Amino acid sequence: MTAPITGELLRLDGVGVRLGGREILRDVSLTIRPGEFTGLIGPNGAGKTTLLRIMLGLQDVTRGSVLIDGAPRAPRDASIGYVPQKLGIEPDTPLRVRDVVALGFDGHKLGIRLPSRARRERVDDMLTAVGARRFADARIGELSGGEQQRVMIAHALIGRPRLLLLDEPLANLDISSEQGIVSVLARLARAEGIAVLLSAHDMNPLMPVMDRIVYVAAGRVATGTTEEVVQPEVLSRLYGQHVDVIRVHGRVLVVAAPEGTDVSEDAAADAGVAG
Amino acid sequence: MFSSFMLNTWVAGTAVAVIAGVAGFFAVLRGSTFAAHAIPNGAFAGAAGATLLGLNPFAGLAAFSVAGALGIAALSRRARSDVATALTFVMMLGVGALFVSWSTQYAQEAYSLLFGEVFGVSAGEVLPIVVLGGVSVVAIVVMFRPLLLSSALPEVAEARGVPPRRMELAFLLVMALATSMTVPVVGALLMFSLMIGPAAAARSLTARPGLAMTLSVLIALVTVWAAIAASYQSNWPLGFFVGVIGAAFFLSGKAWTLVAARARGKSENTVRLAA
Amino acid sequence: MSTVLRYVVEPGFFGSGPVHIALAVGTVIAVTSAVAGVFTVTRGQSFAGHSLADIATTGGSGAFLIGINQFWGYLAFGAGAAAFMEMIGIQRRRGRDVATGVVLGAALGLAALFLYLGTQYSTTTGASFTILFGSMFVLTPSTVPVLITSALIALATVVVLARVLLLTALSPDLAAARGVPVRAVGAAYLMALAVSVSLAAVIIGAVLSTALLIGPAATALRLAKGPVQAAAVAAAIGVAATWLGILLAYDSYYWPPAGRGWPVSFFVVTLITGGYLVSYLRPGGRPVEVPTEPEHACSVALC
Repeated sequence: MTAPITGELLRLDGVGVRLGGREILRDVSLTIRPGEFTGLIGPNGAGKTTLLRIMLGLQDVTRGSVLIDGAPRAPRDASIGYVPQKLGIEPDTPLRVRDVVALGFDGHKLGIRLPSRARRERVDDMLTAVGARRFADARIGELSGGEQQRVMIAHALIGRPRLLLLDEPLANLDISSEQGIVSVLARLARAEGIAVLLSAHDMNPLMPVMDRIVYVAAGRVATGTTEEVVQPEVLSRLYGQHVDVIRVHGRVLVVAAPEGTDVSEDAAADAGVAG
Repeated sequence: MFSSFMLNTWVAGTAVAVIAGVAGFFAVLRGSTFAAHAIPNGAFAGAAGATLLGLNPFAGLAAFSVAGALGIAALSRRARSDVATALTFVMMLGVGALFVSWSTQYAQEAYSLLFGEVFGVSAGEVLPIVVLGGVSVVAIVVMFRPLLLSSALPEVAEARGVPPRRMELAFLLVMALATSMTVPVVGALLMFSLMIGPAAAARSLTARPGLAMTLSVLIALVTVWAAIAASYQSNWPLGFFVGVIGAAFFLSGKAWTLVAARARGKSENTVRLAA
Repeated sequence: MSTVLRYVVEPGFFGSGPVHIALAVGTVIAVTSAVAGVFTVTRGQSFAGHSLADIATTGGSGAFLIGINQFWGYLAFGAGAAAFMEMIGIQRRRGRDVATGVVLGAALGLAALFLYLGTQYSTTTGASFTILFGSMFVLTPSTVPVLITSALIALATVVVLARVLLLTALSPDLAAARGVPVRAVGAAYLMALAVSVSLAAVIIGAVLSTALLIGPAATALRLAKGPVQAAAVAAAIGVAATWLGILLAYDSYYWPPAGRGWPVSFFVVTLITGGYLVSYLRPGGRPVEVPTEPEHACSVALC
């Protein structure tokens, strides 16, 4: 692949999306650079999924531009991997875990492909890397949500993407599975220099690994580091209403404040909330 | 057309329409179109077999229909329900084909069992049809409220102590008994059309359950009467008229919904071709 | 040894011309149906497959009425129905039952009319039976090349689309994001399905063709885990049922009630259904959690 001209993998400029008479996203600008781990955080219905779909080429923008490596997105872009939130399969769907991962090579191409030892080994290696080797021959439909996530990560990574998009991977997992997925992702991403963009409604599990955050609320975004973005003033402006940011033991909680509250760090300190 | 000779057909046809309207209302509500298509085929096999053996056809009809319903219920619990229904459907038709191939008066016999026959009802058969039909209708009326609840809101019904599986089984059995009686008149392959078309049309006209069921019966009556008259005059198969008139009512219902929505001035984009 | 064989295989079986044709054509069609069926069941399109079969019935009856070979009728109506379904977007079963059911009712009613009119004007006996329930032993030799070619084309289409179909089944959004033209692929597949159904209708009848499509595939999904294995098992079951069905039908000419033989389609359907039921007896077989209505994470319009 040619070296990116601008050093930016993905760039959205002034993107707006209008659907069914409603403005879902407004004036969204963000960039993703190689190797960055970015969290796409926001409440449900804020526009995270729409944003992801734009990046995947599944949703057209009403205004603004989407550039990949400095050029408009091509229909088949193998440089972006995707892990969907839900799989549309039944328990008896005839796909074993290793078949699913192998589809990551060229599942989008027509025709037959003869089996190859080299590919089989790569599949095994990838399965080991995500911690899914032990159920390589099980049917994908019979695995738990967390196990399926790992398989889909392996599927996405085997195509050697430079950017990996994940849609709410933590949504239906218990806490220990959450931590497992996050650490697997971070480790693999760092090792291969893959940029990651992961959407979630709770930023806390990602705090240890996130380089940057894209915070989405009410169709608009604020981007930057967590320190820059997760501030009462920034978020209040975004939400269009008063919002408090509470930091407790390194965890962050964003809550709506009652009307008329003075939303600044000092006010929070005055109120005796531990920082 | 109204000679005493045809009286049997009119009476039986009326009974059939009532049964179809009542059973069809629930079939549409429960989305059991496929089951409604499959179950009468047991009646086809049963009737063919019984005629072959010189037995009272109703015994065969009922036995095979019930067996089919039980088969669908049993298999659906452990397999994809559409597969279970499809296989039960063809199995019964296959057995019916076998019996028909053995019989020496094959052609007319099989044909009328499948597609209906305006002269298909002898004097001795009217009473069983009316009686069994009446029993089925009474059964449904008695079960009306729990059946309605478990059809429309299965989880709520379960919470209230209405077991969904047993309701499903009860419904399938009633449908089996009811429709088996109707096969000699309307035909196994077209019976479901009489159940689905009028009921779907009724649903387009009103959302109130009691009214919808009544309308369903009324529309089915008109369908059957028109079909009998047309079949008598033209000698064309009864099933043809049932299928076509049923479809016409369904389309009218959809058209009505569209017109009513426009008249209300709202842009109803909930009116799709699917019910 | 030869006496045992004698009991199983009635004399003349291996030398019979119609049997050869039936075996050859039956094998190719069984394989095509089974493989197409694996994807049909996986995609939850069993009802669509059945609908195509019913509409093919109308086509076959119509062909009979105007005096041409019923295969063309099956094919024309089946392909037309597939195109129509694709156009108005009813590839999936969910929520489409009633409208489809009504259309099927009208189609079958029309079939009834065509058959009735056809029997009025034609001298062929048993034509209705053949259209509805098939007959592998009366395949006209001139149609054989057409049947085999169509089968191979349909099979090739499904094989070429296989990986893409699997990816789409896994996640339609993912497939679309990778550049798969999901809708076009679905349409192409539906066409191949229509052809498969028409072929199966020729040998075991329009209303029974679903058995060859769904049965072996459903059984294979219970036994095999991966896609290639599932297709292979399905094909094996379909072919076995067809061969055994042909053999038994041939033998049955000597069984009561005398003289006529039992229909091949009866045997094939019974064997397939029997095989499916037997697969439930497998000890330690996985208890399948009843798949509810397939809930697809599908934001692409059609899956």
